[in-house]
Amino acid sequence: MSTTFYIPCDSTALALGADAVARSLVAESAQRQLDVTIVRNGSRGLFWLEPMIEVVTPGGRIAYGPVAATDIPSLLDAGLLTGGAHALCLGPVEDIPYLKRQQRISLRRVGVIDPLSVEDYLAHGGTLGLRRALDMTAAEIVKEVTDSGLRGRGGAAFPTGIKWNTVLNASAPQKYIVCNADEGDSGTFSDRMLMEGDPFQLIEGMAIAALAVGATQGYIYVRSEYPHAIVALNTAVVKATQNGWLGDSLLGTGKRFHLEVRKAAGAYVCGEETALLESLEGRRGIVRAKPPLPAISGLFGQPTVINNVITFASVPDILAQGAAAYQSFGSGRSRGTLPFQLTGNIKQGGLVEVPFGLTLRELLYDFGGGSLSGRPLRAVQVGGPLGAYMPESQFDTVLDYEAFAAVNAVLGHGGIVAFDDTVDMLKQARYAMEFCAIESCGKCTPCRIGSTRGVEVIDRLKADQPGQIELLRDLCDTLQNGSLCAMGSMTPYPVLSALNHFPEDFSRRQT
Amino acid sequence: MENLSTIERILAAKQSLPGALLPILHDIQDALGYIPPDAVPSIARALNLSRAEVHGVITYYHYFRQTPPGRHVVRVCRAEACQSVGCEALATHVQSALACEFHATSADGDVTLEAVYCLGHCAVGPNIQIDETTLHARMTPEKFDRLLAELRSKP
Ligand SMILES: Cc1cc2nc3c(=O)[nH]c(=O)nc-3n(C[C@H](O)[C@H](O)[C@H](O)COP(=O)(O)O)c2cc1C
Ligand code: SF4
Ligand code: FES
Ligand code: FES
Repeated sequence: MSTTFYIPCDSTALALGADAVARSLVAESAQRQLDVTIVRNGSRGLFWLEPMIEVVTPGGRIAYGPVAATDIPSLLDAGLLTGGAHALCLGPVEDIPYLKRQQRISLRRVGVIDPLSVEDYLAHGGTLGLRRALDMTAAEIVKEVTDSGLRGRGGAAFPTGIKWNTVLNASAPQKYIVCNADEGDSGTFSDRMLMEGDPFQLIEGMAIAALAVGATQGYIYVRSEYPHAIVALNTAVVKATQNGWLGDSLLGTGKRFHLEVRKAAGAYVCGEETALLESLEGRRGIVRAKPPLPAISGLFGQPTVINNVITFASVPDILAQGAAAYQSFGSGRSRGTLPFQLTGNIKQGGLVEVPFGLTLRELLYDFGGGSLSGRPLRAVQVGGPLGAYMPESQFDTVLDYEAFAAVNAVLGHGGIVAFDDTVDMLKQARYAMEFCAIESCGKCTPCRIGSTRGVEVIDRLKADQPGQIELLRDLCDTLQNGSLCAMGSMTPYPVLSALNHFPEDFSRRQT
Repeated sequence: MENLSTIERILAAKQSLPGALLPILHDIQDALGYIPPDAVPSIARALNLSRAEVHGVITYYHYFRQTPPGRHVVRVCRAEACQSVGCEALATHVQSALACEFHATSADGDVTLEAVYCLGHCAVGPNIQIDETTLHARMTPEKFDRLLAELRSKP
């Protein structure tokens, strides 16, 4: 009888050598005349343990990691096929505390199944949401999503049901569903893991959205930095079409929804929804003035639902389990779960999907295990390049949208980047301005010119010229109030938080 | 000449897509390694755009390139999560190892060096990407030198 192994094809696992591990397992097993089958799964998101391999035993899936290709002989000697003891053995995968303490909803199948296996998808509850949606009216679907309390996971946390309702109520010859898979924030990879590890769920979520608003065409706009996700999505679209989850007649009901994957081209600002639509239409990714909202006049001027990957991926479960189940998780007005991403200088970096309501400290220490370097954590940037740097004194902030807003911080897409005490916060503030200068779409002066001025002011500050802190604050004020979109208006978050919470990195340069 | 027939083939296949310009530019760059300036008039004609519009789009996006790259493209992530684990020191090393700056090609034509702002592997940085799909996590100057020697020893 063949023994089944799971070895991730997630691109972070590949970056850590997962392919070499798989090749070594094949070669060594052949030499020892062992019968093994290898399934390439997504990643469980325990990245400090990748490449993590799992062997299927009568007692469940037993994990080993981090495994190097050269470890395979000794693992086989130790009885790898039956889950034998070895220094790298982590025990039953589901019992690893980091995973056990999570509440996986949107990423519950990621790492568990073969991402492109239709059988696996169905065996793990796939299409139940779509099937239920096909029995409902459009308004009922929208109500279910509204009642779940789901808010957009791309950063702005806008209630998804309200957005869908606007599109439902708009009348137009054509409506579109667009998935924002531009995931440009440093410190984030939940969209990528989902697209590589369970692409059918994203497709199912978009198909449900199409039914909810009466759209027949969809696009997934994926960043060019994610080649593996693009391949997975394209294959998944073909298979979903073959199985009637997409195409001219969804599950034989005669309802139509077609989906196409489009590759972006490396502009951060194209993650902003209107710049994204411009890009999809074949133009430079310049931000549009709002109103009109994309829900009224979006892609090619038609009503358009545009949501983040994780937003869409949350929908099948909401339909399958009901709004109340999803809404029962969370804290305050932040309902459900958020897949947090622990990154940077952190010992146990990875994906942590939990209900809103833990504290930042619990994530950083209970899950993350503190810094990678072993030095004290000094600052963490939450919410991407436009998010605030938070000092130790704010680590007890509760992880929900409102609690973060109350301390002038943002949760955004759930990315958390940890820095130890060697970080120079003046340098980080300078980088924030520089990033804005590189990535600005150029439409408004404060963002386009102000960011360059910001770099210059910080350079003068560093060179000990007086009066620069005041200038920097003025400039941030102009950016905050005079920019059309969050690129310009939120760049002051990292800059001012660095200045306010870590004045010693600035003032010792000011005499 | 050969380029022009490739471009015509791509235009014929894609020009009727809604919002066809980016898919066309991607296909051209995938096929030729860059978007040759003499492709612009054909693209403009096929899509009923002005040359300036097409040129504007090509230059707007960081990913598109107008000159041929070196035999390999190395992208070094310089975003925050990689900064927190030392990507700037790596970036300095890589530039001196290749004796070229970012957005340039080493003198022997082996490697074009690009900066990238996040590859989505932020828990295991510093990260680099070689050509389109080869990824390397937890990069160090020593590991980079080994990889570079390997790249250069390949034909
Ligand atoms: C500069 C900028 C970059 C953004 N990047 C992304 C991104 O990469 N992914 C994303 O989902 N949303 C991004 N957003 C937010 C989108 O504009 C928009 O709010 C989101 O796509 C809506 O989907 P949601 O409601 O599901 O979050 C960005 C916004 C700005 C201003
Ligand atoms: S704030 Fe910056 S990125 Fe946003 S529209 Fe203005 S110039 Fe463009
Ligand atoms: S993000 Fe709201 S106006 Fe720009
Ligand atoms: S910041 Fe370097 S991979 Fe994300």
